[in-house]
Amino acid sequence: MAAVDLASIAKSFGATKVLGGVDLDIADGEFLTLVGPSGCGKSTLIRIIAGLESQDSGSVAIGGKRVDHLRAHERRVAMVFQSYALYPHMSVRNNIALPLTMSRLSLWQRLPLLRLLSGQRRQVMRGIEADVGAVAAQLQLEHLLDRKPAQLSGGQRQRVALGRAMVRSPDVFLMDEPLSNLDAKLRVHMRTELAELHKRLGATFIYVTHDQVEAMTMSDRVAMMDAGSILQLGTPSQLYEKPASLKVAQFIGSPAINLLPASVANGGRIELFGRPLALAVAEGQGASVTLGIRAEALSLVPGEPGHAGRPWFSARLRRKENLGSEYILHFDLAGRDAQGVTMRASPAVAASLSEAAEFALGFDEAACHVFNAAGDRLEPKAPGAATASVVPLRA
Amino acid sequence: MNAIALASAPPAAMRRRLWIERFTGLGFVLPAFILLALTILLPLVVLLLLSVTNYEFGGVSADWLGFKNYAKALADPVIRRAVVNTLVYVAIVVPGGVFGALLIAILVQRRRKTRSLYEVIYFLPVTSTLIAMATVWQFLLHPSLGPVNAVLKWFGFGQIAFLSEPSTALATLAVIGIWQLLGFNMILFLAGLTAIPRDLYEAAEIDGCAGGIDRFLTITWPLLGPTTMFVIVTTMITAFKIFDTVAVMTRGGPIGSTEVLLYNIYLEGFQYFHTGYAAALTFIFLAFILVFSAVQTFALDKKVHY
Repeated sequence: MAAVDLASIAKSFGATKVLGGVDLDIADGEFLTLVGPSGCGKSTLIRIIAGLESQDSGSVAIGGKRVDHLRAHERRVAMVFQSYALYPHMSVRNNIALPLTMSRLSLWQRLPLLRLLSGQRRQVMRGIEADVGAVAAQLQLEHLLDRKPAQLSGGQRQRVALGRAMVRSPDVFLMDEPLSNLDAKLRVHMRTELAELHKRLGATFIYVTHDQVEAMTMSDRVAMMDAGSILQLGTPSQLYEKPASLKVAQFIGSPAINLLPASVANGGRIELFGRPLALAVAEGQGASVTLGIRAEALSLVPGEPGHAGRPWFSARLRRKENLGSEYILHFDLAGRDAQGVTMRASPAVAASLSEAAEFALGFDEAACHVFNAAGDRLEPKAPGAATASVVPLRA
Repeated sequence: MNAIALASAPPAAMRRRLWIERFTGLGFVLPAFILLALTILLPLVVLLLLSVTNYEFGGVSADWLGFKNYAKALADPVIRRAVVNTLVYVAIVVPGGVFGALLIAILVQRRRKTRSLYEVIYFLPVTSTLIAMATVWQFLLHPSLGPVNAVLKWFGFGQIAFLSEPSTALATLAVIGIWQLLGFNMILFLAGLTAIPRDLYEAAEIDGCAGGIDRFLTITWPLLGPTTMFVIVTTMITAFKIFDTVAVMTRGGPIGSTEVLLYNIYLEGFQYFHTGYAAALTFIFLAFILVFSAVQTFALDKKVHY
């Protein structure tokens, strides 16, 4: 078990800067996810930790020891690849056993023919066989041990790749988009399985994905990356509830956060579509800001808008998207063609709405995220609404 | 027409449809079959017919001999020697041409900037005419005029008459044969190497296959299996067909040490005009290639595919 510490890791491929001095401390036994759009440098970072790529500057420490000079197999890390990278000519048994045969047998004990001369080989192989069996049992692979990878389904291959990573009990598991080749249903299932595996093994997991749902559902902490640097590091709920920048707010959450242009009036009060809100920020008068409102923070205002005392704006219903348990409603803002907003609604509410009709959408100021022109989060000056804490019946 | 309509159609109409379908299918196959028959099957039948007669080139009639031509060939010491020489030649050229090409392909593949330069250099012999090249080799290896012997002499070795010494002539031809084959086989292996996914090597690196030998034995060699099988079979067929270098450089000599099957067929058929006998020899030659290819394909096929 080991913590992983990255100190100002930088990397360029030719003239392209991929990583610009990334600092990241990952605690022992933590499940940390690197998430970000493609090309943000997250895969390069995990490959540098693995030792498959060398950094231009900065250092990697695993378990408190610097490993920059060590090759991949000496770092006590295991990696699961997006393509699984199973050896196609080997049975599942040999695929899982390979890391052990490499570490427990000497070169001449592995060579064809010469290996027959070794007396101990048999004993070592029996030990390996037992370890492979134990891992296979954990992953329910026992009945597949003699098959070749080509005869397995995507989910089974995924599990074999996990088994090959688990078999030598590494300190750190590195996973490079391991679920992106699976179909949607299996992906949801494997999310749970991976999270449980992490709990059972207690090892450090570093997980790379471009899917914010995977990042949100499995991780202890999420590092959101863009253009070679970490934009925000925090728990999934921190990233969702207090996004540090516009980019984080846009990336995390589905459907994507609604962004509305607003301006700052005197005293830092924010005006949306010319109507002042009970929301103020420390920004000069006349500055333009962006207001971020999650789809679940919007609701329909019944009756005459404005009477409820909540801020609102009017929008025309363009499309209703049925997700079964809820609806996603897509609205066009009145007078602003290109701009749309999305709102979550219960099926009962959504059923009563007719498309192309105009509605008043209300929201609470406390649920608004404010970003300045540079995309940084602005904290509201007025105190937000108090949230009631939920106490579990049985802890 | 849907299934219900088909089922309720009268039997006569259905039979008509089946006939039309069958004739359409045959019509599509026919052109290819005619070509195959004219260029391969018909000559084979003619060859078979000639091989059981004593027909001589230019003759107006021939006598039926049955299998006497075959019996004569199997008992003929010249033919036996030619078969042995051919097998020795194949036994040198196949391992040399296959493993040499594999080695070069692995070395060339790792080069980034110079890769295409090496590819061209090694591929040049393939593009050249072997007859012309054989003449060049003859000059290079000439005992007194050739540069090879000049270099040997400069290093203090004695003169070697590569092509006129019975003990070295066949081996020399084999080396030239390997030289001619290397480039083509290298290209095939390079294609095979390119097809191996990079992440397999990365997975192997993490799993502990750190050394070149481990990487080769764990990933490269097994995954090149299908390529290797193809290269072995084609190299073997090419080696069996050795003719040009013998015809130009040694004419079977010295003392029959480079007499090979195809050269003997040529002598019998086109120098001595024993067309019937040459046809029988050709059948024996074809049988050799067929048996070797079939054994290799069936023996290796199970092992190399994954």
